Amino acid sequence: MAGHEAPPKREDGAFKPKIIGILCNWCSYAGADLAGGGRIQYPPDVRVVRVMCTGRIDPLFIMKAFTDGADGVLISGCHFGDCHYLEGNYKAAKRMFLVKNLLKNIGLEDKRLRMTFVSASEGAKWGQVITDVVKTVETLGPSPLAELTK
Amino acid sequence: MAERKTKKETASTKGTTAAVKKQAPAKAAIGEQPEAKKEARVGVFICHCGTNIAGSMDITAVQDYAKTIPNVAYVDNYKYMCSMPGQAVINKAIADNKLTGVVVAACSPRLHEPTFRTATKEGGLNPFRFEMANIREQNSWVHMHDQEGATEKAKDAIRIAVAKATLLEDLFPKSVPVEKAAMVVGAGIAGMQAALDLANAGIKTYLIEKTPTIGGRMSQLDKTFPTLDCSQCILTPKMVDVGRSENIELMTYSEVESVEGYIGNFDVTIRKKARGVLSMEEGEAMGIVGGGCNGCGDCEAVCPVVLPNTFEEGMKPRKAIYIQHPQVVPLLYTIDFESCIKCDLCVKICGEKKAIDLNQKDEFVKVKVGTAILATGYDMFPVENKTEWGYKRFENVITSLEFERLICASGPTGGHMVRPSDGVAPKRVAFLLCAGSRDNTGNGKPYCSRFCCMYSLKHAHQLIEKMPGVQPYIFYMDIRSFGKMYEEFYYRIQDEGAKFIRGRVSNILEDPVSKNLMVFADDTLLDRPMKLEVDLVVLAAAVQPAADTNRTRKLFGVSCSMDGWLLEAHPKLNPCGTTTAGVFLAGVCQGPKDIPDTVASAEGAASAASIPIHVGHVELEPYFAQCIDEKCAGCGMCVNLCPYSALALVEKDGRKVMQVTEAKCKGCGTCGGFCPGGAIWMNHFATPQIIAQIDAFLLGGEQ
Repeated sequence: MAGHEAPPKREDGAFKPKIIGILCNWCSYAGADLAGGGRIQYPPDVRVVRVMCTGRIDPLFIMKAFTDGADGVLISGCHFGDCHYLEGNYKAAKRMFLVKNLLKNIGLEDKRLRMTFVSASEGAKWGQVITDVVKTVETLGPSPLAELTK
Repeated sequence: MAERKTKKETASTKGTTAAVKKQAPAKAAIGEQPEAKKEARVGVFICHCGTNIAGSMDITAVQDYAKTIPNVAYVDNYKYMCSMPGQAVINKAIADNKLTGVVVAACSPRLHEPTFRTATKEGGLNPFRFEMANIREQNSWVHMHDQEGATEKAKDAIRIAVAKATLLEDLFPKSVPVEKAAMVVGAGIAGMQAALDLANAGIKTYLIEKTPTIGGRMSQLDKTFPTLDCSQCILTPKMVDVGRSENIELMTYSEVESVEGYIGNFDVTIRKKARGVLSMEEGEAMGIVGGGCNGCGDCEAVCPVVLPNTFEEGMKPRKAIYIQHPQVVPLLYTIDFESCIKCDLCVKICGEKKAIDLNQKDEFVKVKVGTAILATGYDMFPVENKTEWGYKRFENVITSLEFERLICASGPTGGHMVRPSDGVAPKRVAFLLCAGSRDNTGNGKPYCSRFCCMYSLKHAHQLIEKMPGVQPYIFYMDIRSFGKMYEEFYYRIQDEGAKFIRGRVSNILEDPVSKNLMVFADDTLLDRPMKLEVDLVVLAAAVQPAADTNRTRKLFGVSCSMDGWLLEAHPKLNPCGTTTAGVFLAGVCQGPKDIPDTVASAEGAASAASIPIHVGHVELEPYFAQCIDEKCAGCGMCVNLCPYSALALVEKDGRKVMQVTEAKCKGCGTCGGFCPGGAIWMNHFATPQIIAQIDAFLLGGEQ
């Protein structure tokens, strides 16, 4: 669990997942900053790319990340009804279904892609989301596509 | 590179079509291109932030690594990059190393992006050639005990930022004019103060209030702590000022229906609810000589419909045609059409004034404002949810707002403090503090409501002063008397003989005959359970955001915190601002505040809201969408996706292509995320830039 205590250390040589998080500027990125201010401790495996809105996220970005060998992709935006740009997150969420279908069709676990909704006031939730995403990807193991890109 | 060139050409031909005038330097820069084609040279600056960053990771290792990243021409570190010497390091390095991009690895861009953009500009580069790597909020602070993990994450973050900085290009903010008018939503003390300040600063201000009168919660109070000023006495002069101000257009019984536009140019539609009564101005406008409502009250006398008066917390009746209390501003009756039986008696008695129109319909008014202040205030927490205290089950359990009305000289009892069950003056009164506040059971509010301690002390004082022999008992957790002269007030009440019992009340039972109440609590100072028989219990109920807050905030695009209070741009350094430029917060809608803090916050919000109006123009971040005509198939899918109607299909060279109205575009990128042909270029968040970031993380690796 994410909290004020450090997450448990991995054993040497254990699988370190490569996860990319694409965050909207107004809610999730701010929530992640708030987690920092609150010193919520979580595993360090997610690398963050900031966009203004999850609506900006082209399904291509996610597919590119997977073909580049990402073990997981996290998309995080505002709660429904809270989008800074009114409805970008709805549109992003719709695209996620499309991408998840695509992943299933090419034989990749769709759990490797996750969309979450974390507001600017939910620092603790951000810690939980990251902890959970890392755990999910760890359980799934390295992406088969990552083997190909090596 | 080919793609960027195409886009540049597109941009330069589009300049004239944009609805907002482009600034002169912008045009020149978009025309000339040699610099962008030069090899990218990125400078990386790593901040220690004292030990905030350096304490959790190996800065030397990060710096050594950064030197190996492609296109990095210069790497440096400094104890505090945001300090003047730190910024000077950036300035100097840009010139010395002919940098084309700057990466600062430090805190969050939400904090210091403006600082470093300015530093980049001062170094001679376009400020948008700056990119930030967040290695504090999203790294050192959240991986405090994982030195290795944090160091690796910082390396990756810098590599990702460098990849973007390599592809960044010159951008120029757009300057748009600001409408010289403001709007304040909610006319309690916060909204009134904000509107008065704006009006006194020479700004036309629309003050919108959903109830028939201004004044808000403060007009319901009897006295104010710690000075014991009569609340109405200090409030009504302000209400009159608001009603009289030439710069304030007061719209009571009105609600904001929709909001469009952006800072400087909000188009707001207001629903003026049908109140069924014409004001004197409206009467005159309709050509009725001496017509319109003069507040005589004849109509109220004949109205046969009787309802509870919400202003008196339901303890006094009102009619279907009503004013809430005698000091209302504007003095104008309102018909409650939900309960009006249209008997026409009021119309007949009103006679020649012809003020009453039973067939009135809601009207919609459109106004344009430059900035807006939300001052939507609070409601009381429904304390009946805490069933153990028996509110609404036991007649003699009341809330503190009901107490205010009962002890107020203009209230339902004319200021005679009596208990509801038998109308007899109580002898023993228990005050329960934190009734629903500081409550983590899930059936209450986790926060402190901030003013209940003080008003309960005031209530105790009022009882002692007005009714000698009455014994107030105050059940408290802590007494939070934090303001100026508050602690002194607390001592005074102790000296006056109020009894303080530290402990939460677990249960209240009613004697079915006497209607007296048995209060069960735990006296934590004496460490023993206790029970106490009292005549009246007053619950200092928690406060919560006003009922319509959620609807209103969504109209203005403002976020809220977990408790529903509106979210400020920064809790300490920008408590009146929001993340929506041009929208500000005043008073309790942002979080519980007593009256002095509310007024201070309102004055702060008014000052902040007046700045863009006085400057006359604002700069919008140039994150606009642009169409790459060659790639656009003219399918028009993006046109429907745009939430701001900023996109349109136009004829160009004999075929249809998309065109962006830049003044309407807010840069969300919803169109860019969808376009199947990749024909939309999002400034500063362009597809090649984001792909480069993804590639840099996943394919970059150790160099």
